[in-house]
Amino acid sequence: MNTASELTRWTAAEMAAAVAAGEVSAVELTTAHLERIARTDVQVRAFLHVARDSALAAASAVDAKRASGQPLGSLAGVPLALKDVFTTADMPTTCGSRILAGWQPPYDATIVNRLRSADVVILGKTNMDEFAMGSSTENSAFGPSHNPWDLSRVPGGSSGGSAAAVAAYQAPLGIGTDTGGSIRQPAAVCGLVGVKPTYGGSSRYGLVAFASSLDTPGPLTRTVLDAALLHEAISGHDSCDSTSLDAPVPRVVAAAKNADVAGLRIGVVAELSGDGYASGVLTRFNDAVELLESLGAKVTEVSCPHFGYALPAYYLIAPSECSSNLARFDAMRYGLRIGDDGTASAEQVMSQTRAAGFGAEVKRRIMLGTYALSSGYYDAYYGKAQQVRTLIAGDFAAAFEQVDVLVSPTTPTTAFPIGERADNPMAMYLADLCTIPCNLAGNAALSVPCGLAPEDRLPVGLQIMAPVLADDRLYRVGAAVEGALDQRRGYRFLEDASGIDESDDATGEAGR
Amino acid sequence: MTAPPTSRPVPFDDAISSYEPVIGLETHVELGTTAKMFCGCPNQFGAEPNSAVCPVCLGLPGSLPVINKAAIEFTIRIGLALNWSLATWCRFARKNYFYPDMPKNFQISQSDEPLCTDGWLDVEAAGTVTRIGIERVHLEEDTGKSRHVGSSGRIHGADYSLVDYNRAGIPLVEVVTKPIPGTGALAPAVARAFVTELRDLMRALGVSDVRMEQGSLRCDVNTSIAPSGSAHWGKRTETKNVNSLRSVERAVRSEIERQAGVLVAGGRVVQETRHFHEDSGTTTSGRSKEEAQDYRYFPEPDLVPVAPSPQWVEQIRQALPELPAARRARLQSELGLSDRDMAALRNAGALDLVAETVAAGASPEQARNWWLTELSRRANEAGIELGSLHITPSQVARICALVESGELSNKLARQVLDGVLAGQGSPDQVVAARGLAVVTDTSVLAAAVEDAIAAYPDIAAKIRDGKVAAAGALVGAVMKATGGQADAATVSRLILERLASSS
Repeated sequence: MNTASELTRWTAAEMAAAVAAGEVSAVELTTAHLERIARTDVQVRAFLHVARDSALAAASAVDAKRASGQPLGSLAGVPLALKDVFTTADMPTTCGSRILAGWQPPYDATIVNRLRSADVVILGKTNMDEFAMGSSTENSAFGPSHNPWDLSRVPGGSSGGSAAAVAAYQAPLGIGTDTGGSIRQPAAVCGLVGVKPTYGGSSRYGLVAFASSLDTPGPLTRTVLDAALLHEAISGHDSCDSTSLDAPVPRVVAAAKNADVAGLRIGVVAELSGDGYASGVLTRFNDAVELLESLGAKVTEVSCPHFGYALPAYYLIAPSECSSNLARFDAMRYGLRIGDDGTASAEQVMSQTRAAGFGAEVKRRIMLGTYALSSGYYDAYYGKAQQVRTLIAGDFAAAFEQVDVLVSPTTPTTAFPIGERADNPMAMYLADLCTIPCNLAGNAALSVPCGLAPEDRLPVGLQIMAPVLADDRLYRVGAAVEGALDQRRGYRFLEDASGIDESDDATGEAGR
Repeated sequence: MTAPPTSRPVPFDDAISSYEPVIGLETHVELGTTAKMFCGCPNQFGAEPNSAVCPVCLGLPGSLPVINKAAIEFTIRIGLALNWSLATWCRFARKNYFYPDMPKNFQISQSDEPLCTDGWLDVEAAGTVTRIGIERVHLEEDTGKSRHVGSSGRIHGADYSLVDYNRAGIPLVEVVTKPIPGTGALAPAVARAFVTELRDLMRALGVSDVRMEQGSLRCDVNTSIAPSGSAHWGKRTETKNVNSLRSVERAVRSEIERQAGVLVAGGRVVQETRHFHEDSGTTTSGRSKEEAQDYRYFPEPDLVPVAPSPQWVEQIRQALPELPAARRARLQSELGLSDRDMAALRNAGALDLVAETVAAGASPEQARNWWLTELSRRANEAGIELGSLHITPSQVARICALVESGELSNKLARQVLDGVLAGQGSPDQVVAARGLAVVTDTSVLAAAVEDAIAAYPDIAAKIRDGKVAAAGALVGAVMKATGGQADAATVSRLILERLASSS
């Protein structure tokens, strides 16, 4: 018999196989993870809402389905941590914002529907930077999550809650969204695999929009294969999302099982390196490149001359879209309402509610975007940023004529201490320096752990970038790096994570 | 700031003798698609408030729009009918502003990349044809509808407001004309003629029920005036809330008179939004705040550009119905109508009704007479459009047939009409129920004739002496005896025959 704590260490692939084979029940798995959450989340604070009852009900339904011989979904019985930016008909959706505290949507996001069809068990909703704006979860109205490698550090963001949950073995699968790096950056600093699929590859219907032309849902997992399994389960055309691609889903699971990079042309992006990058990050990145070369890949340096403009362009486009997307939070139909004393006008109530309901970073971006779109400034800001976007897509197109994938560090630094950048937005924005170009161009990218930085013993991520709809290449390269490093180390990477006080782990229901 | 000089309107003819008006029209037409613009909710008028809504048209967080292809097709139909030259590509844009009846606080509309540009439409007013340039036709979503509860019925002074989102997301086409100069005294009539022609066109294309009273056709009227012969146009005002054809005409007229008054008094016309008031036929200044609005248009990132294929557009072109101008020419010749008759029928909105009545078997002349006289009068009395009367063209044709065959006199036919309009059934059912059929039983009539001759022997004697005109008195007596249900001509004939044979 497996102990509950052993169960939580399994990969999602192992769990799915065990449930399908009847070696473990979905209820056992779910219970083990709920217990793990109860024991550890007082430290990690990954979850905003734990859906104990609905999770156990979903798990029982999976077990009943299996007992009656019905076919099971691809990830049947596997627990998952869902970023609180997706609408769920049976759980509140807050987006980490006071303005939506307690809001109960009447409908499920497409991603949620697909997870349910795959018989995934959704454990609850995870913490995030408010409306996905941030790189540390410190912008959550409900307080930051903590990095399981070092609880005094951030888990990255904006999908930091899902990342922390997966890294803390509270769930083997997490769903995040990536607008400028919000999956890959937390994956890198929490020692996980995080994937931003091709834009349009995974549906945005029911994903509360931050920047519509950039937002991309994707997996956060502990292994490349788990990411591929989840990627496949959530992907494919959705008629409810006009920007959803009507194309076959890249064969990512097959690619994750084919960890062969012999002959593959890999380009190192010259512009994503050098000053501003932590030495330990560059050390591990260079090791990873050497590793790939030793596995038979042909590595060259590639220049993407416009990547230097990606960050400023992003901070015009994303705020512009968010200023419009977030206009609907006006107290008229749902969510927080402030100042409705019977004398105030609708405009006054809207204004007071938005002043009280949005945090500083959200307000900053709404103001930036409102300005960038305003008459007389549009061409100089939003218009120019869109031109930069075209140039960056051009850089990628040129690069992918020479190489099959591009690589870079995922982040310039490892996880930074909570509070260190909270008052310095520019420093915070730099966390997404390497990840933003793919969002602007819409192509696919993956972050895979490539070791610990020597100076702080914290995880470093290798970013792999592939052309639009060539997501499978990410998995091939990611699996090769993961496999070689696991083999060299002799155990799985995440087992080095030691932030969570295991004695507390043993004491049971602390704080719940 | 100095207060503007007080001014009083200048009578229209005087205004026109000194000033040249330029008008422009922005017409919103709700498309009659089955579903809304960006979701599957039903597009219907008059449903229970907030019953035809879903996450998309309520703009709930996370929801996304998906373009209704039928709305694009309808708009292409309109574009083709307005002689639009094919645009191969268009894009939606967000128009950002806060208002409680806007679920997302932005409206999905089209900005500088509309579906159709550069068309035209010929309209006729007082025998003069004017070619109206169409700047653009674009597609957008309608907003919800606010109801302000309180004594004023307007937002200022309301106790509270309710919003019905059933209308939110209904596809709306905006047809914007180019400025229309050079119409002089005809400006009000041209404005009305344009909206009338556009309404007929939309109806013929089957893209909207274009009911102004239900708001499925709404009109904003732009008016400016400048001294005759001036090289420049004057400042324009945009009059909103113009919700009937008659109001379109009155609004232009009233604005010309008002603006002339301002200029004559040495003032300046302020560029502003004005509201039209049906009761007084005049306009008042709206909030100038609206002028300062920056809508921050940008391409709608939730939708991909629309590029109708030339094949699809060609299919739509092939399937276009006969357009009103061609149809009018055909009907005029088929029905043998004079220009004057045509104008009267069009003004009354009766051309289609007459054509259908003729198609149901009536003679053109009878059909025209019934619709233009009796039925027009009743529609006016009821304050509704002719087409909204509770009678079908085939029922009118049946009444014509009953008159033609002598089964109804004109007087009885009017009573039958009343019965049908009152919802008492078909003409035949009304005839039967009210016992209105003309007395054609000759034995009954013959008896009545005998009685009349017996009652008025001296008159009968005069007739026998050849004074045929005297027969009228006897006819009257017979009609009285039969309760008016006899055909006077038949009675007259019977009397003359009877007295001739007895001489």
